Amino acid sequence: MNPILATGGRLGPYLLAWVPLTAVTGSLLVLAAGLSPIEAGILTVPLTVVYAFLCLSSWYLCKAVPIGAATFARMAGTVVAAAAVAGVLWAAWAATVVWSLATLAAFASLPDKLPVITPVVVLLGILRYLLAAAVHYVLLAVDRARAEERRGDELRRLAREAELRALKEQLNPHFLFNSLNSISALTASNPAKAREMCVLLADFLRKTLGLSDRGTIPLSEELSLVRNYLAIEGVRFGGRLAVEEEIDPATEACEVPPLLLQPLVENAVKHGVAQRVEGSVVKLSAHRKDGKILIELSNPFDPAADAAPGAGVGLSNVRRRLAARWGDRAELRQESDADVFRIELLVPAEAP
Amino acid sequence: MRTSSASSSSSRPKLPEAPFPPGPAPARLRTVPEEPSPLSAVLVDDEPLARELLRELLAAHADVRIVAECANGFEAVKAIAELAPDVVFLDVQMPKLDGFEVLSLLPRREDGRPAVVFVTAYDQYAVRAFEADAVDYLLKPFEKARLASALGRVRARLGTGGAAPPPGLAAKARDPSRPASRVVVKEGANVTVLPVATLDFVKAEDDYVLLRAQGRDHLKAETLASLEAQLPGDRFVRIHRSYLVNLDRLVRLETEATGGQTAVLKDGTRLPVSRTGARALKALLEGPR
Repeated sequence: MNPILATGGRLGPYLLAWVPLTAVTGSLLVLAAGLSPIEAGILTVPLTVVYAFLCLSSWYLCKAVPIGAATFARMAGTVVAAAAVAGVLWAAWAATVVWSLATLAAFASLPDKLPVITPVVVLLGILRYLLAAAVHYVLLAVDRARAEERRGDELRRLAREAELRALKEQLNPHFLFNSLNSISALTASNPAKAREMCVLLADFLRKTLGLSDRGTIPLSEELSLVRNYLAIEGVRFGGRLAVEEEIDPATEACEVPPLLLQPLVENAVKHGVAQRVEGSVVKLSAHRKDGKILIELSNPFDPAADAAPGAGVGLSNVRRRLAARWGDRAELRQESDADVFRIELLVPAEAP
Repeated sequence: MRTSSASSSSSRPKLPEAPFPPGPAPARLRTVPEEPSPLSAVLVDDEPLARELLRELLAAHADVRIVAECANGFEAVKAIAELAPDVVFLDVQMPKLDGFEVLSLLPRREDGRPAVVFVTAYDQYAVRAFEADAVDYLLKPFEKARLASALGRVRARLGTGGAAPPPGLAAKARDPSRPASRVVVKEGANVTVLPVATLDFVKAEDDYVLLRAQGRDHLKAETLASLEAQLPGDRFVRIHRSYLVNLDRLVRLETEATGGQTAVLKDGTRLPVSRTGARALKALLEGPR
């Protein structure tokens, strides 16, 4: 829609701007065409009212030949031609008004001055149409810049929200309490192991603490966090959790948003390992593939368990974060066969 | 090191006269002078370290005898049925059956045994646990004084003679915001997990419900109303005072010569439909999906 009509508060100033223009029209008609002030005043009002709205049509020009899309010559040509047409139309309207006024005795001689009035009106019309087109171009550019800014704000807000949510989930109190319970059990039976567990937990917390200030971290750092987490859960679940890793060293320097894998691994433990009586192997691999990194994570699950794998908020959260950062250049696929749940994460390989 | 609650109580001879005092360790503040009768206990937790901690802390209570340790819900149901313990320490999140499902399958005797103490890191289950008639709720990690107070509550509950909770109480304590995805039944020593999608229909039979799933009948000690409240309402319809049917199994409705209606299921089973049931069916089939 026309930027003057679409945005509230613009139509008023636009029409107001026509008041001095009307005065100019009247003055010129008096000075150049030799009309009396009364004739000029009566003629100018209908001329201005119609042309003020005719000039709004220059918006179509802005759409047809937007700045940047067409060559300058083509743009200028189109705009000048349109202005000429508008000027001629305005002059025709002026003639119509003049002939209508001539039916009144007081203005009977007005048509005699048409040969002078017409060029003045055409010239003024062309200039004003050009001015109107310029105003439209400027307003459109302003609107576009604002929309762009809003979109950028929105994207940044989404990304920030996703980060915050991820970090909030990170400080999973259940994980903490269960780990502390394990430590409490080990203090009597195996003090050395208890101390080791304290250090693991401290390391994990320390690593997660600084993450909120960083936009991305090297994959190697994320993997180290995940290993730390799995080591703690390994102590908790005894022999029920085993980890198999296959990490291509060429992927380790690539930058990823912090805590991208952590919630996925946490899901694997919570919905996989913790729900199974038998031992579970969590497999994690990272490879380069066509300029991207393919990260695969799989875990066995109990098909009869209460909650289906992949139903948690963790996955949708990761999806949102991927979209906020990379749009469609990143994807997350999930699939499950009889009793194995798999996740494939394909993200652009970004060098630091 | 702190003095144990037992010695502190004996150093203050006036305390035993007082009514059951609140405090960290009412277990040892007994009004009856003789030794308490020993308690048999079953520990249920899938984490070996969590069981180890309980075992260690319970060792300080000479009158508590651990008769079984279970690492999952199936084992727990079996052990509790066989050993009839006085008290069960029950984790909530476990493989196979969660703590609430185990509780729903427990034979509760008239004297209130076994007393159930939930032991979990998840405090959001506390309200549900007490609704399910748990005696206490221990939050991990806990220390010996807290365990002693839990044992005190257990003794108080068992000492009053207790009363068996009404059937289905544990099931009602389920998370109400989410319909059940499965129903667990215990027949003899066997526990069967029935995903709700496998159920054809459920029939009320006195204090039990009969569940038909994949051509087999299962009995569960629960009321039809309680089960109806747990099952997904967009999938199971009460077509009759005594029948709840899985919509996916329904083939057609037949009108009898007498004017009554009959629901015919995929396997040919015919179930009566009451007037109210017919209305409920109609509402669900025609209503917004």
